[in-house]
Amino acid sequence: MLWLPLAAGLLACLVPRRFAGWAAALGAFLALDLAIRLVTDFDSGSAGIQHAVDESWIPELGVRYQLGVDGISLFLVLLTTVAWFAAILWSAIRTPERPKTYFFLLGLAETATLGAFLAQDLLLFVLFFDLMLIPFYFLFGSWGSEHPGREGEGPVRPAPATIKMIVYTLVGSLLMLVGAIAAGVIAGDGTPVFSMAELREGLLSEGSQHWIFWFFAAAFLVKMPAFLVHGWMPDAYRVAPLPVLAVFSAVLSKVGAYGFLRVVLPIFPEATVDFQEIVLVIALASILYGSVMAFTQTSARLVAGYSSVAQLGFITLGIFALRPDGADGAVIQMVNHGIVIVPLMLIIVLLAERSGGDDVTKMGGIAMRAPVMAALFLVVTMALLAIPGSANFVGEFYILNGVFQEKIVFALIAALGVIMASYYALRLFQHAMHNRKPEGVESRELGWREGAIIGGLVACIVALAFYPQVVLKRSDESVNEQLSSFEQPSEPTAAVTEGPGK
Amino acid sequence: MTEFTAPHIDYAGLSPVIALTTALVVVLMAGLLPLHRFVIAGLTLAGLGAAAGLAIWQWGEREDLVSGALRLDELGLAAALIAIFAGAVGVILSMREDAAEKAGLGAFYALLLGSVLGMTLLAQAQNLVAFFIGFELLSIPLYIMCGSSIRKEASLESGLKYLIIGSLGSATMLYGFAFIYGAGGSTDFTAIADTLAAGDADDTIILIGTAMAAVGLSFKVSLAPFHQWTPDVYQGAPTPVTAFMAVATKAAAFVAFARLFEVALGPVSADWDVALAALAAISIAVGNIGALSQDSLKRLLGYSGIAQAGYMLAGIVVFSETGLNALVFYLAAYALMNLAIFAVIVARERETGFGDDIRAMEGLGSSRPLLAWPLTIGFLALAGLPGTSGFIGKLFLIEATVDGDYTWLGVAIVIGTMISMAYYLRVLAAVWMRPDPAAEAQMPVIAGASAEADAPGASAGGRDEPGTKGAGRCLLIVGAAILCAAATVAFGVYPDPLVDWASAAGESLAVG
Repeated sequence: MLWLPLAAGLLACLVPRRFAGWAAALGAFLALDLAIRLVTDFDSGSAGIQHAVDESWIPELGVRYQLGVDGISLFLVLLTTVAWFAAILWSAIRTPERPKTYFFLLGLAETATLGAFLAQDLLLFVLFFDLMLIPFYFLFGSWGSEHPGREGEGPVRPAPATIKMIVYTLVGSLLMLVGAIAAGVIAGDGTPVFSMAELREGLLSEGSQHWIFWFFAAAFLVKMPAFLVHGWMPDAYRVAPLPVLAVFSAVLSKVGAYGFLRVVLPIFPEATVDFQEIVLVIALASILYGSVMAFTQTSARLVAGYSSVAQLGFITLGIFALRPDGADGAVIQMVNHGIVIVPLMLIIVLLAERSGGDDVTKMGGIAMRAPVMAALFLVVTMALLAIPGSANFVGEFYILNGVFQEKIVFALIAALGVIMASYYALRLFQHAMHNRKPEGVESRELGWREGAIIGGLVACIVALAFYPQVVLKRSDESVNEQLSSFEQPSEPTAAVTEGPGK
Repeated sequence: MTEFTAPHIDYAGLSPVIALTTALVVVLMAGLLPLHRFVIAGLTLAGLGAAAGLAIWQWGEREDLVSGALRLDELGLAAALIAIFAGAVGVILSMREDAAEKAGLGAFYALLLGSVLGMTLLAQAQNLVAFFIGFELLSIPLYIMCGSSIRKEASLESGLKYLIIGSLGSATMLYGFAFIYGAGGSTDFTAIADTLAAGDADDTIILIGTAMAAVGLSFKVSLAPFHQWTPDVYQGAPTPVTAFMAVATKAAAFVAFARLFEVALGPVSADWDVALAALAAISIAVGNIGALSQDSLKRLLGYSGIAQAGYMLAGIVVFSETGLNALVFYLAAYALMNLAIFAVIVARERETGFGDDIRAMEGLGSSRPLLAWPLTIGFLALAGLPGTSGFIGKLFLIEATVDGDYTWLGVAIVIGTMISMAYYLRVLAAVWMRPDPAAEAQMPVIAGASAEADAPGASAGGRDEPGTKGAGRCLLIVGAAILCAAATVAFGVYPDPLVDWASAAGESLAVG
């Protein structure tokens, strides 16, 4: 499954231009099919790694080619394949320039992302994590479009924006590389060890955990992006081609959160406890900052972008509650957010086509002649603001529940974020779909092919809303396992914070 | 006093050196005959091929040659193979190169072979005198080759500058050797090591000698702050010469560096490891920062070479087998990626009027994908992104630094890599994210770059029309670029063979 998209991408290079997109779509579809089978085969009772592959890769360095899924990565893998399938299909319908390279890069990106979710070897994880950047760099840079930018500032051009993104994210991931090597060498005592399962045994001393923790945290926080290190986000979101941005925003940000859950918590447990509050503060700041920015932005892309910052803040909050319900909520929220943001981005494409830009203040009245599109958009919006009944509600509820029991103050402030979410989500919807229709904006129904893609994704949102247990049941055991090292240490921390009342 | 006996000469062990010498003579003579240029190039390549074959044949043998002046082991052979490979690519790149034709092909190729011969000797030398001879034999032909484009001021300046600064480096090194000889009582590496280990040497003298030898070698491998010549010489020299020089000199000089410091000066490693670590860190900083504002690709690669030298030096600093393995692996990976890039630069230099300016690469992604991909892969590998051998090389080096308690140097490598991303990606942005200038306006055509004038189809169809003058010379160059790039990716995905190879080389020195 891992290499299928890449193979299809290569195939796309070989077939004639017209069929390049369909070849890539075929690969994405087969990967999706395999991912679904993975889910149905999954044994939800066990916490361990399933479908494991373990081959020697670079014996001199102790790096192994170890893959496998567990309850946490399972649905992220599914999300990845769904999102990519939608994006590739979408692009296949509206073929971009130089389609061969485009689809090859998309395929490479899917392979890298799946690799990051599947890797069970720390260095392999880092490798795929870095590999993800390359295709996105080229996709953003080459197929991105110039964005008019904010008023009073010049236009944002793709190339500099992309370099900014890459430098930001690489600062994080290269530090992570050193961190990973250091972890392996220090833990290995002679022969380096990079297997996550072995590293989990608690081979690292608290002192080394401390600094390595920050190397990893830097990478993941930048990727998410979290407040303070989100500087690359606005420009990159402005210029990116939207179908690519959809998968980027849906899946790549989750890799950061996933990394915390998979790598940081189990391998650096003591450091995690020590720095829990700092990360929680960063998460809170992300929620508030993201929400506030989201309702001041006029660009629909940036509304989506800043809302991601806020959502990822929630997810981090859930993870760093260091309680099973918080982490459960984080996992389900990762899936939710991914599945919501893809149709949202695709709808923004349609909106932009109808109004000539992504400025929401210049849109309006699009719902008039496009009831189906309006309905789909409404469902997406509702899910984004986590209305009760949606799966996002379940996710946020779990997260807040987890945080509430651990750090009550944080939970109260975070709840503000939920309120603000409803404001920015509804504002986006209203501006775009209702109000008076300005000149030059046409209200046109979406075509059946676009409708099928968005409709399919919306169906996923609805299905997940009715039956979130599908995710929870399978992830629960694994989450407990990842957090097992916190059962004891989390008690005293809770007592300390309750004492002074903060 | 021992009785004088004629040294036993093991001809099998010396065979690569003998092959190179023979080829040198043959090519020099053949250059005087009115032969077609392909014949002379073919002879050169045959000589290099024979030497490579013999080196592979001798792979695994470990013995002293010529009374211990040279040491036959995998480490030396590894460097020799890299140098031979770089030489072969250099020959291909310089075919039809203006400078080589002016200088006379026979002489030019003979010089190149002489330099490869010097590199082989240097990499195998385990005696101060043999070391110096190899060092000079490597350098002198390079001085001439740099200045071989006699009608270009930049080339002459480059040759002269290299000559003066190179001689200064050699002189410093030789003086340092004198001190080492004075302290160690012998020119033989192992004898020096024995004296030093016994603690019989004068500390001050050995310290001065070590420092001066390090300075001399630093000039050659272009470590900051002894790097000032690098960007100028790289830029001024004919590009095929730059390609050869950048890759092969580094391989041979670094291996010799390792042998001198880890064998002869190994017992006093506490005296030099911190100093070399500082040198490495300075090089990483200077190289990467210097490269940021360069528009000339050769200058950019010159600065990047300084930074890369800093990374590689880390492999020597840690003074361990892992470090040496990492060094050899990185040298080989570095050779492949740099040659891929240089091949593309040479091809573009002849197609456009921009020389090695970054503008020559604009729009390459859509107009010449076959050139754009090797260039992209080469730069991504230099930047150490995964999927390329550059990533594995960095991984190896960083692991060696962490292993050797030089974690801060590992962090320095990573920070350098981050900075380097800015200028490597700038080139890639030009390649992929700018429109093809030829599509908008006619490209400036200068005399000599007739391929573009003859075949405007080059920019439209992505390939030269067969039969034109450009096609034949480009095919070989494009082929070399693609070969190097493909190997870079292959060793990035499946590094095992190269890792084994590097480990055999690193192990043969038996340090640490």
